[in-house]
Amino acid sequence: MAISNATLAGLTRKQLLEMHYRMSLLRRFEEKCAEEYTRGKIGGFMHLYIGQEAVGVGSITTLEPQDRVLSSYREHGHAIMKGIEPQAVMAELFGKSAGCSKGKGGSMHMWSNERGMFGGNAIVAAQLPMAAGVAFAAQYLGEPRVTMCFFGDGAVDEGAFHESLNLASLWKLPVVFICENNQYSMGMAVEKAWAVDSLMPRAAAHNMPGEQVDGMDVIAVYEAVKRAVERARNGEGPTLLEVKTYRFRGHSMTDPAYYRTREEEHQWRNTRDPIGIFEKKLLEQGVATQAEFDKNDERATQVAEDAAEFAENSPYPTPEDLYADVMVDGSTALAFRRKRE
Amino acid sequence: MRTLTYRDALREAIREEMLRDDRVFIMGEDIAGYGGTYAVTKGLFEEFGEKRVRDTPLAEEVITGTAIGAALGGLRPILELMTINFSLLASDQIINSAAKFHYMFGGQPQIPLVIRMPGGGGAQRGAQHSQMLETMYAHVPGLKVVAPATPHDVKGMLKSAVRDPNPVLFIEHELLYNIKGEVPDEGVEYTIPLDRGEVKREGQHVTLITFSRMLHVTLQAAEDLAKEGIDAEVIDLRCIRPIDIDLLVDSVQKTNRVVIAEEGWKYYGTGQGLAALIYEFAFDYLDAPIQHVTGADVPMPYSKPLERLAMPDKNAIVKAVKAIVPAALTQGIAR
Repeated sequence: MAISNATLAGLTRKQLLEMHYRMSLLRRFEEKCAEEYTRGKIGGFMHLYIGQEAVGVGSITTLEPQDRVLSSYREHGHAIMKGIEPQAVMAELFGKSAGCSKGKGGSMHMWSNERGMFGGNAIVAAQLPMAAGVAFAAQYLGEPRVTMCFFGDGAVDEGAFHESLNLASLWKLPVVFICENNQYSMGMAVEKAWAVDSLMPRAAAHNMPGEQVDGMDVIAVYEAVKRAVERARNGEGPTLLEVKTYRFRGHSMTDPAYYRTREEEHQWRNTRDPIGIFEKKLLEQGVATQAEFDKNDERATQVAEDAAEFAENSPYPTPEDLYADVMVDGSTALAFRRKRE
Repeated sequence: MRTLTYRDALREAIREEMLRDDRVFIMGEDIAGYGGTYAVTKGLFEEFGEKRVRDTPLAEEVITGTAIGAALGGLRPILELMTINFSLLASDQIINSAAKFHYMFGGQPQIPLVIRMPGGGGAQRGAQHSQMLETMYAHVPGLKVVAPATPHDVKGMLKSAVRDPNPVLFIEHELLYNIKGEVPDEGVEYTIPLDRGEVKREGQHVTLITFSRMLHVTLQAAEDLAKEGIDAEVIDLRCIRPIDIDLLVDSVQKTNRVVIAEEGWKYYGTGQGLAALIYEFAFDYLDAPIQHVTGADVPMPYSKPLERLAMPDKNAIVKAVKAIVPAALTQGIAR
């Protein structure tokens, strides 16, 4: 097959190369984040997505611009994939005004009304009920929007997971629940936390279709999520996907990951890197060349560099910003009738 | 004017807001076919149907999160939680999500949500069903917390709450639903702002500050005091957050004496917060220490005589007033 006409999973060569670029961008962007964190430019908690790029890229590639994404605190990748500029994400990490949440949120709280990125939630599983509500609003208003909700394997242990799936199934809401099972909820191995060895019984328990997916294979993710998104868009209700993946780094920047072996990590990095797997597939199918991968990687590295430079040179919020946007109407705890000095 | 119960006035407000704006819908446990635990939503399911009057599973955390999500998605939800006691299960969504999102995400998301829930004791419902808890939520920036006490106020304030762009916790009281009061005729549109208290009885000797069901107890106490020549001003706070601070300061400047009466617990609560504010803004006008009448510092007991003892009554208010209003004052000799 001539390279220019090659397709995979119904995706054109151009789309496939764009997915490769996106995966490279998330990788390079977060490597830059780690560097800036070490330099003290980024504070607080920061949870990197490195190793899980195939999930965010494969999933969000299936969405339309009007669709909405809700996520956990490991959401830099989802935010960028949903269309927030890398510069705005990096500026948010730096706590600058130009950040996508004006520097008030930080690593765990990325938002854009315009792009349909609805956070960044740092309470485990809190985004699931809200995703049901966002999906309900679309259903109520007759809008053709799908809501996609990302969460980790730890969120499955929360009551909100079960209550949300029940409600979403009961009301046939246009939502796709994507569990990124990276196999550790912080330091707790999933087999020590789950009484089941897969999420499929839990999908069945709430009467919705479930599918297990190899989260290191971006094409497999894309195909499974596409089916779920189509079901949601056609009014057939929610789907639960368990996407098996692995985070190459610790839970957060300060986690030395004593709960797993270095051998296990090396095994995953060396044989299951989602970017490497995708490149191998594209080369084997004759869809793209190494030179094109290198070009994508160079571009991604440059965008990450530029984002950091932009964030560095952006101003911090002003003292006046401290009290801005607590309430939509600007009200405060004390409602004065007379003007005060 | 006509006379309506608190319950009927509340239902009328919900109905009128649903007629005014298609985005307004109500959800909660047993609010549709059953008509609501306290029959507030009775008849609305028949009128508006399943789309806009939605029964939910018994899952307070998730239905609250769903209501927040619905607001984020462009709707104006009115969520009924069966009682404020159950809101503790939803407190993560209320405090960590609803109160924070507008600020935490740089002013982008808005959550125009009303959470209705009754609190309070006095019906022998035991420790887990007799709490006020408004103070817990009023502590948190990002929320509005209101507790109307009369049919007139509950209607006007519910309408304002639905139109407010912020999350509003709308705290009713289990013993208020049957009380009656004057409400403007049907079709006479009115709203009451969510940052204004009201002087419900004018007086000159002492300011009694209260809210929710305790307003009615306090008004009775004021009547008793009047018989003894003590002229009490009664302020219904109506809004716990924001606080109508100048209304309180103005009254203190006039009377120089304050008694705060509330049903909830004393320590670290609404009354103590108000007392601290009055000391901060009107210390120089006070002629006596602020008195505080509250519920007993115990989990609510079930047994009727014990429950009565645990709840503040009008005699406790009268006693507190007499402790700081000297007889000479009311006889017009002092000052």
